[in-house]
Amino acid sequence: MWWTRLKALIVKELLAVLRDPKGRAILIGPPIVQLLVFSYAATLEVTNVDVMVLNRDNGHWGQELVERIDGSPTFRSIAFTDDQNEVRDAIDRQRAIAAVEIGPTFSRDIEAGRPAEVQIILDGRRSNASQIVSGYLGRIVGTLAADTPAGERTASETIAVVARNWFNPNLTYQWFMVPNLVASIALLIGLIVTALSIARERELGTFDQLMVSPLRTHEILIGKLIPPMMIGLFHITVYILAAVFIFGVPLRGSLFLLYGSAVFYLAAVVGLGLFISALSMTQQQAILGAFLFMVPAMLLSGFATPIENMPTWLQPVTLVNPLRYFLVIVKGVFLKDIPLAEVVRQTIPLCVIALVTLSAASWLFRRRLE
Amino acid sequence: MTDEPFVRISGVVKRFGKGAPALDHIDGEILGGRITGLVGPDGAGKTTLIRLMTGLMLPDEGKVDVLGFDTAKDPAGIQASIGYMPQRFGLYEDLSVQENLDLYADLRGLPLAERTATYDELLEFTDLKRFTSRLAGKLSGGMKQKLGLACALLRKPRLLLLDEPGVGVDPISRRDLWKMVENLTASGIGVVWSTAYLDEAEACDGVLLLNEGKLLFAGAPSELTGRVADRVFKVSGVTGRRRETLARFLDKDGVVDGVIQGEAIRLVMAPGATPPSAPSENAGVTPQATVTPPRFEDAFIDMLGGGPGGHSKLAEAQKPFANESGKPVIEAHGLTKRFGDFTAADDITFDIPRGQIFGLLGPNGAGKSTTFKMLCGLLKPSAGEGRVAGFDLRRDAAEARNRLGYMAQKFSLYGDLSVAQNLNFFAGVYGLSGERKKERTQLMVEIFGFGRLLAMSAKDLPLGLKQRLALACAVLHEPEALFLDEPTSGVDPITRREFWTHINGLVEKGVTVLVTTHFMDEAEYCDRISLIYRGRSIALGSPDDLKKQVADAACPDPTMEDAFIALVQRSEERQAAA
Amino acid sequence: MSSPAPIAAPTTGRGRRFAALVRKESYQIVRDPSSILIAFVLPLILLFLFGYGVSLDTTQTRIGLVVEQETPLTRDLAAGFQASRYFSVSLGRDRRDFEDDLVLGRIRGLVIIPARFEADHAAGQHPTLQVLVDGSDPNTANFVQNYAQATVANWERQRLEQDAGRPPAISTEQRFWFNPELTSRNFLVPGSIAIVMTLVGTLLTSLVVAREWERGTMEAMMATPVSAAELLAGKLLPYFLLGLTSMTLCVLLAVFLFGVPFRGSVAALYALSATFLMPALGQGLLISAATKNQFLASQLALISAFLPAFLLSGFLFEINSMPTVIQWITFIVPARYLIPSLQTVFLAGDIWPMFLQSIAVMLLIGCVFFVLAARSTRKRIG
Repeated sequence: MWWTRLKALIVKELLAVLRDPKGRAILIGPPIVQLLVFSYAATLEVTNVDVMVLNRDNGHWGQELVERIDGSPTFRSIAFTDDQNEVRDAIDRQRAIAAVEIGPTFSRDIEAGRPAEVQIILDGRRSNASQIVSGYLGRIVGTLAADTPAGERTASETIAVVARNWFNPNLTYQWFMVPNLVASIALLIGLIVTALSIARERELGTFDQLMVSPLRTHEILIGKLIPPMMIGLFHITVYILAAVFIFGVPLRGSLFLLYGSAVFYLAAVVGLGLFISALSMTQQQAILGAFLFMVPAMLLSGFATPIENMPTWLQPVTLVNPLRYFLVIVKGVFLKDIPLAEVVRQTIPLCVIALVTLSAASWLFRRRLE
Repeated sequence: MTDEPFVRISGVVKRFGKGAPALDHIDGEILGGRITGLVGPDGAGKTTLIRLMTGLMLPDEGKVDVLGFDTAKDPAGIQASIGYMPQRFGLYEDLSVQENLDLYADLRGLPLAERTATYDELLEFTDLKRFTSRLAGKLSGGMKQKLGLACALLRKPRLLLLDEPGVGVDPISRRDLWKMVENLTASGIGVVWSTAYLDEAEACDGVLLLNEGKLLFAGAPSELTGRVADRVFKVSGVTGRRRETLARFLDKDGVVDGVIQGEAIRLVMAPGATPPSAPSENAGVTPQATVTPPRFEDAFIDMLGGGPGGHSKLAEAQKPFANESGKPVIEAHGLTKRFGDFTAADDITFDIPRGQIFGLLGPNGAGKSTTFKMLCGLLKPSAGEGRVAGFDLRRDAAEARNRLGYMAQKFSLYGDLSVAQNLNFFAGVYGLSGERKKERTQLMVEIFGFGRLLAMSAKDLPLGLKQRLALACAVLHEPEALFLDEPTSGVDPITRREFWTHINGLVEKGVTVLVTTHFMDEAEYCDRISLIYRGRSIALGSPDDLKKQVADAACPDPTMEDAFIALVQRSEERQAAA
Repeated sequence: MSSPAPIAAPTTGRGRRFAALVRKESYQIVRDPSSILIAFVLPLILLFLFGYGVSLDTTQTRIGLVVEQETPLTRDLAAGFQASRYFSVSLGRDRRDFEDDLVLGRIRGLVIIPARFEADHAAGQHPTLQVLVDGSDPNTANFVQNYAQATVANWERQRLEQDAGRPPAISTEQRFWFNPELTSRNFLVPGSIAIVMTLVGTLLTSLVVAREWERGTMEAMMATPVSAAELLAGKLLPYFLLGLTSMTLCVLLAVFLFGVPFRGSVAALYALSATFLMPALGQGLLISAATKNQFLASQLALISAFLPAFLLSGFLFEINSMPTVIQWITFIVPARYLIPSLQTVFLAGDIWPMFLQSIAVMLLIGCVFFVLAARSTRKRIG
């Protein structure tokens, strides 16, 4: 009997989302936009850099430095000038992110074994990018220095720093971004679909229809819980396939662990969605509510920037964010093959969040009926 | 009165998407100094026609001239001289009454010097003076409507267009509004009043009767009712099971239409036919058929070729509920609901025996929906209790709910689901499975003729079919009690007849029905009525009882609406005296 | 009720009609919780998130440091790492102690000073330092590499200068203009102001206009002598002012709470913001006129305005690094022009040639949106 009722409810929920053109649009539009825009556009890599060079040196070494910068694939264009004001202007108007100034005595100093100096001016308005550019330029200057007579003399003593990148040897940005998206798409879709589900029924008047049926409150909640979870699992699966087959992200860990924890993650997300849904009277409020939760959740998850970069007083806030835990799991399973114990450690908070939000939602839901 | 009509509609066609046009070759005229009713069920094309008159919409074919301007060429000329009240009154809910008036006064260019006088006059006229600082969203339906009218009248228009001003408004406000509008016509203003209520149509000076985008009739209402004059009979003195008698009458040749009217049966006969005789169960009283004045609805049905038969296949398939215990099926004991310090329903008590129809009658916001919701378990009473089939709705909710069927006022099935999916869903929710599910859904498909429509989205169904689907979903599980919330408001009269034929048939089999309505005709279908006003039940009895209570020398044969108004006024007087 | 029926004279009373519309809209803004939410609460949340939550400053990145054999030299190098302001170092003897930490993300990198380091160094045998980095977050990985290298280079230079009196062959002097401390908040907060204005201009405007359609008040308005242009203008002015108000609020917070320097002029700030609101409001109007439905309007506004302002504007991600096709798309994102200019007003000062160029492009985009919106908001329904 209860199974018949529940099955009817689940089938209805799925059909209601899939047959509604707006519902379909939500399921198809944002995921595609997100996958394409984020994975291609949202990169903190810095390429195609424009620099300006003010070379006052007319010797060999100044020329050599310019050629090495030019030869580096990171730099798109080099503008030459001999006017200090032009440098100022180019940086000011963001025509170049960095300017390299080589002094008039550069080659002479090197030949004479005196310390030579290069000045690099960077646009601090784009501090992240300019730091990376400064790293690139620093390395070019470093290799040049090693080839100078003075450098060659000390070469055998110079410490070589050999860096190896674990999990992602070439630091491919998409290997980082696409697993992140697997987690965030489920948040986006799960939250919107769930948040709208009750609000929509309220607006259409079908909610009363449900309430007078023999469905019990918990059956309605389960019926509202399972379909968005199924939809979330579907999106996760599609994104995993895209990650592996389109973006070539290695899947090193166990899919079983990934899906196992995904169920709890989705329960937490859908619980939040139900909570928002039970709070809001109209679809409009539900959307704003979901949005209001989503933006901080994305920014305070470790997706955009590492949690440890945040001020210490803010870090505890991220503990209630389900995305935070699932990001660790997805990235861990994809790239690091993290052990079961770690997956469990990250899943426990998800269970707690799911439990709290679901009970809060059902409490609110019952109270709303009075 | 000018000779030149204010509005001339010639050969107008308007289409939206595919399918039948919303307006199909309409011709008509609207004269100054008169109220012209734009009459028809929901979806007949009334709103579209009004929008065409405002110049906000253009016809696909044909032409509309308003006050000498062509709507296609000079909409600005029209908009400067008309007043228009759209269906939802066009008010800003988060602006106060005064702010709404100021806004429309500025938009319509009412000179500052004239404002004080005009506001005074309109606020007096609409009786809103006490509420000028209240937000429009916080006004009752009747007050909103009066404010909407006041905004439309700020700069005395030559033509006033009112789109369904009577919807959601109690009979008293409706009567007030009507009087206001009549006063306006005396000064030469032309008024267009659109309505789905056929009793409103009867009071108009002229009507344009629309059905499914076609113009059925244009002229004075008396002309239309004239076609059934002397063919309408009231059969009184039918004792016992008058619903069954009605069903038998309706299956007889020569009977065009028939409805329950209180304790009597109202029949429309084909020309020349004589009313059938009713069996008499009580030797003392012989049923008598007397000629009675025709109503607009009688003529409308006659024009559409008569109502459906009296036979309900749905009722036939229903297994009868035996009335063993004689206990009431639906009980309300002292039901009270308070929201903060506002009492929405105050100590409401009644019970409904098996096989009866009970009506909750009252204006919107009076508390009938609150009472209804407490009884079907949607609201928790602050005090008192409600029972269905002996089960307390809060404690044994699932048991009780399995035994009730519910049909909401506005279409509240899943619009994006197909007809078949809706049926399957409701079957599943009520725990039907396997053979029985197949059998019951099959039966509904047969009875209501859904065969070819099974894959269609419910929201795309025509209104009448939506109504049928809603009924089908409510009775799939053979409930003992049916809760109907304004079930036929805005529905065309044929569908309404069919609907009541099914309900009457089910009631005959022992199904118990609770219906809310502010629709006076619908109240007459009930065995008993509770009149709810300001949260309290101010009268309880059969429709005839209530009418008798108010009959006096001035009004020997009051209508249900007369009874309603008189009872409300009496209650107010008592309240004032106390 | 007493005046005679008027003959249409649409130009008279235009001022009063317009004032009435503006007044009405202002009342609604003040009384509608969702406008307050979008215009004031959401901006505060965003500003706080970007002021505190999102930080690209990698200070105190946790790394492990393995000194396989302790000698004076390795101890000195280790001290160099421990002194670095970029790292928070845990010391160990064996790399295996840290490998798990690296897998579990407890440390971002592992610096290994091998046992042979001192011997190789003394013998001039190319001493090497190993750095293992968690590549699963490439941005942080890059920083760890760079800083590790810089730390070593620093240490070496000091040794050479102190012990051998030999300065390095080439030294670089880096100067970060406008933001010498490289505080990411200094460019994130001005950028988020552009996002706030996108929310008010596009999301809120599209919602309120769509709501008028849904509630039928638009229809009542249109049946009065008001012209379509007056209707639109009456909508825009209040939201224009609201946008500037919430921008002002954000700027005050940015300067007084977050301590972001403000080096440009107030005139430039308002000129840029006011111009930006043109395309933002135009887009909002266009969306609502096209959808006439609050739900669709909000979704479209989020996808077509909020997301691009966020992702395709250079706010967080370098436009130059994006694929060419996406770079083309960014040209029609108004925020792309506002964000660098705002960052400049805050951090660099008035650079008018840059501002004028941005203003011209934003005006152009705004005009296109307005023409499209006006075309779809004629006085007709259905």
